[in-house]
Amino acid sequence: MAAGSTYTPIATYTATGSVSTVTFSSIPQTYTDLVLIGAAKDSNNYTGMRVNNSSAANYSRTYMTWNGTSAGSARTTSDTTLYVGGNDTNFEVSIYNFQNYSNTTTYKTILGTQKIANATSIAAVGLWRSTAAITEIDIYSVSGATILTGTTFTLYGIASA
Amino acid sequence: MANTMTLIASYTASGTVSSVTLSSIPSTYTDIIIEYSGRTNGGTTGNDLLISLNGSTSNFTHRRLQGSGSTVASYNGSTGNAGIDNGTTSSANTFSNTSIYIPNYAGSNYKSISSDSVTENNGAEAYAFLGAVLWSNTAAITSVTLTPYAGSILQYSTIYLYGVKNA
Repeated sequence: MAAGSTYTPIATYTATGSVSTVTFSSIPQTYTDLVLIGAAKDSNNYTGMRVNNSSAANYSRTYMTWNGTSAGSARTTSDTTLYVGGNDTNFEVSIYNFQNYSNTTTYKTILGTQKIANATSIAAVGLWRSTAAITEIDIYSVSGATILTGTTFTLYGIASA
Repeated sequence: MANTMTLIASYTASGTVSSVTLSSIPSTYTDIIIEYSGRTNGGTTGNDLLISLNGSTSNFTHRRLQGSGSTVASYNGSTGNAGIDNGTTSSANTFSNTSIYIPNYAGSNYKSISSDSVTENNGAEAYAFLGAVLWSNTAAITSVTLTPYAGSILQYSTIYLYGVKNA
């Protein structure tokens, strides 16, 4: 990450209780890229991400996993969510990069890591097969569980000029 | 426009040092980022890079994914393995790159740490490292120390500490 005045917080969220979804909406289209930083706990160990509140099966991802003893790689296609991770014991560090998020001509590729030292970590690339500009990001707890108190997410904008 | 990513401290090794500590970290930021470029005189092509916080090497655990150019595996341990350095037999002038992200470093929860680290060697073996470190301590982080598992940090190694504010 480059230092400078272009690394600007757009919005931040801290969970003061259990919630099902964290939403960043009305994302301005004035930046080049977005970075989402999370420190999250989830009661179900699973959190998902969607963009523009779309649950259509237009997501896919290829990912590597590791848990301290074994490593693997897998992929999903035509999925209804971008990333699945989460941990209920300690805060998982999540870093997502949305490059060229506001263009309206290409599908959106997202680079992400979700790391935790007491469970399984993930490094992934996700694809949202839509040419729409990203105006909303939703992080939600899968299967009706909850995102736990103390969870934080901050969305930053990076401008190239 | 707010300047939310601010250089707190930096260090460039002018000679061989056993470790590097950046201390008196203010608690006024939301997250901190450590950017390290280094080479050591320990190990062989690779040499583990350990993080300690507030002068403590206790209560650390880690799980990492590590590729060597021929194999990939996951490892764990009760140490703060936050990266991997170029070691004794690495090609001359090659330095590793490590980026460490610590969210909510001044909070009262245990500290979860994300790290990415690489070496390159133009040889048979080099490393890519993705790591998660947990420091099971509720204290606010006020100092960061990087120490090679073996040997010392060599001249021209650099460490930069940034603070990130979410508002």
